[in-house]
Amino acid sequence: MSISIHSISKTFGSYKALEDVSLEVPNGSLTALLGPSGSGKTTLLRIVAGLEFADDGPGKILFHGENVVDVPAGKRHVGFVFQHYALFKHMTVAENIAFGLSVLPRRERPNAEEITHRVHELLGLVKLDGLDKRRPHELSGGQRQRVALARALAIKPKVLLLDEPFGALDAQVRKDLRRWLRSFHDEIGLTTLFVTHDQEEALELADQVVVMRNARIEQVGSPQEIFDRPRTPFVYEFLGNVNKLQQPSGKVQYIRPHEIEVKFAAEFDPREDRLAVVQHLFSAGPIAALSVRLDDGQFLEVEISRKQLDELALSEGDQLALHFAADLVP
Amino acid sequence: MAYQDVTNESKPVRYLLIAATFGVLALFLFLPLAAVFIEALRKGWEIFFASLRDEAALSAVKLTLLAAAVSVPLNTLFGVAAAWLVTKFRFKGRAFLMSLIDLPFAVSPVIAGLVWVLLFSSHGWFGDFLQRHDIKIIFALPGIIIATVFITFPFVARELIPLMESQGADQEEAAVTLGASGWSIFWRVTLPNIKWGLLYGVLLCNARAMGEFGAVSVVSGHIRGETNTLPLHIEVLYNEYQFSAAFACATLLALLAILTLGIKSLIEHFSGQSSHGH
Amino acid sequence: MSKRRVIPGFGLSLGFSLVYLSLIILIPLSALFLKAAGLGWREWWNLLTSERVFAAAKLTFGASACAAATSTVLGLLVTWVLVRYRFTGRRLLDAMIDLPFALPTAVAGITLTAIYAPNGWLGEPLAKMGIKAAYNSIGVYIALTFIGFPFVVRTLQPVLEDFTKDTEEAAATLGAGRWVTFWRVIFPMMVPALITGFTLAFARAIGEYGSVIFISGNLPMKTEILPLLIVSQLEQYNVPAAAVIASAMLIVSFTLLFLINLLQRWLDWHKK
Repeated sequence: MSISIHSISKTFGSYKALEDVSLEVPNGSLTALLGPSGSGKTTLLRIVAGLEFADDGPGKILFHGENVVDVPAGKRHVGFVFQHYALFKHMTVAENIAFGLSVLPRRERPNAEEITHRVHELLGLVKLDGLDKRRPHELSGGQRQRVALARALAIKPKVLLLDEPFGALDAQVRKDLRRWLRSFHDEIGLTTLFVTHDQEEALELADQVVVMRNARIEQVGSPQEIFDRPRTPFVYEFLGNVNKLQQPSGKVQYIRPHEIEVKFAAEFDPREDRLAVVQHLFSAGPIAALSVRLDDGQFLEVEISRKQLDELALSEGDQLALHFAADLVP
Repeated sequence: MAYQDVTNESKPVRYLLIAATFGVLALFLFLPLAAVFIEALRKGWEIFFASLRDEAALSAVKLTLLAAAVSVPLNTLFGVAAAWLVTKFRFKGRAFLMSLIDLPFAVSPVIAGLVWVLLFSSHGWFGDFLQRHDIKIIFALPGIIIATVFITFPFVARELIPLMESQGADQEEAAVTLGASGWSIFWRVTLPNIKWGLLYGVLLCNARAMGEFGAVSVVSGHIRGETNTLPLHIEVLYNEYQFSAAFACATLLALLAILTLGIKSLIEHFSGQSSHGH
Repeated sequence: MSKRRVIPGFGLSLGFSLVYLSLIILIPLSALFLKAAGLGWREWWNLLTSERVFAAAKLTFGASACAAATSTVLGLLVTWVLVRYRFTGRRLLDAMIDLPFALPTAVAGITLTAIYAPNGWLGEPLAKMGIKAAYNSIGVYIALTFIGFPFVVRTLQPVLEDFTKDTEEAAATLGAGRWVTFWRVIFPMMVPALITGFTLAFARAIGEYGSVIFISGNLPMKTEILPLLIVSQLEQYNVPAAAVIASAMLIVSFTLLFLINLLQRWLDWHKK
């Protein structure tokens, strides 16, 4: 089921959390809302879930073409996974997962047997077989997160919303769960929207990345597009690992370290190249990083392959020529 | 030479401080508690039980239980509603409302009785109206109950608010997205999480309700066998120099206090959290 | 649209809380202030400066302040020991701290009187030393210390439990002895909690009635406290006077409560 967000605004007192935000989340996609804290990404997610209400106005939220703005959260059929999971502490894993089914009106409620069956099915789906009798405090962070996911899926949601799904986990668990979630999404094909402040996570996991900043959407695109063609300086800087080069005209040029071509100083072409001196060399690993100083005193980070480093036979203090391939960003 | 822990006092100082603490608490807490029982049994068990079986004592016990049976549920209901209101929602005037809930703590029990006299005594605001309809509030059961309600007003709310505040609204929101109704959320998600705090609040409220003296004393009129609660009955006996009888009745309330503290310790032990309330 | 709320029960809990709060607390207290305001400023002044009220106020506030100060010192000692040391009986002592909260004031009153009366366990030796405890202002002071003591401990306890040991370790590595560390590092951090505890104990002591009236002797001009004065005015059907004294007391108490709130808010703000 697709989600269409049309000109949604949200203010808390005098603070603008969202300003006229519109977004299309295609059916079956895995979309990341990426941005620094305070960019409005979590507010947008909560508005989609019905946990927060947008300001009065023309704003609309459509689930597969149907406006859900006036539908209360409990009737929107969204699966919401909270940042800290919000598991019911006093219930077992099975009771947590069964909760959404057990609160259905009597006529729609499955009988106890069906509920147990469904719970076991979901436990299998999230790879937690056999843990049904445990309580949340007896689980690891990653297990808790999967219980929260199973609980959200139990109500057969139309869309899945995840708030910082890996925010509370260790680095290693994060990586494993990220891959698992990607294959899990491919398996169930549910339209999924998740919030993250980690650009690596968004780029690796999502089909579509939405970069947010100061209550507005900065850029929407595939991870490739976002990384290769950042449309604004902010996106460039937020994705990280970028050189900021001051032009004599006063303009700023953004260049990624691997986009800089390195040549012998003897090959220097004064029309296109710049001269630089190697300050530091970091050559552990397949990629070598150079810290260089330009003739006008600016510092740059440059990445070249180990092979090229060996060919150039560079050491600290050597002079070299640089050629910039990247476009200027206004 | 043994290493001295830099964040701890030397042994003699530690023992001295511990001994001083035992001394202070023995003098302030254990001595009075022991005195209640010793004074009560000074003239033997027979007098002790006779004092408890006395008709006036029994009626006082009954009245005390009745006053608690009305005021505790009322204030529990209020405490839960108010705690739900101020911890699950943000609205204008929330901070002000929270200080209003604290207000009765700063009101002398005597004043808590006086306000009802001003409203409902024969010279009070509603005095004429009540007289015409032959309703008696002051110097009667209703007065005792409302005075007790006033005094025990904040106890449950005060116990629940910090507890529910620290738990946030995440679990309730999760329940909302899963389609649960308001009642389901309260009974199945919120209540199980606050049950120990609620139980302690109710116990504290009950202990205060049964032991309240000042407020009830102002509105009761001290009619023996009719409007004397247990604490008032103790006062009457004491002023009549029936010391053993007074202390015999006092043991009931002292036992209630010990029971309350005991259950509190158990709750803390089981719930693994301390509830430092006033 | 923006007034909608996600979690249900806002209207119900707001409505019930406000109605109940108004009926039980606000309307009765307003009735008191209205009654008192019915008298002019001159009458207020005459009443509050009358010799008997003045004497009762002096005793009430004086004894309350002394008792709260004593509670603060003893509370600091007891809290320190309960939080920092592990010894047999610690849990029992910790549980017993709340006894004055839980023990009905009338029971506390007759018991303290029995102990400190001239023929009591402690009253007799004190009398031999020439100190008259019960039926004297000292008795009032003893009862109020008993009542106020737990407020200090329960205010101080969570604060002291939250202290991490690293600041003390830092002080130790900088060469400070234990005594210096206590006075210059730990104690300053506890001052706000000590002030709060003192004020709570003081506010409670001002209004205290049940535990005092048995031990005080209740002699007008000598051992009569303000709450008792209100009761005796009421018994003489001098309702306006009772209302004025009560209003004045409430104003003092509410001001104290307000000051604690301010202090707490200031501290929260400082922590950020």
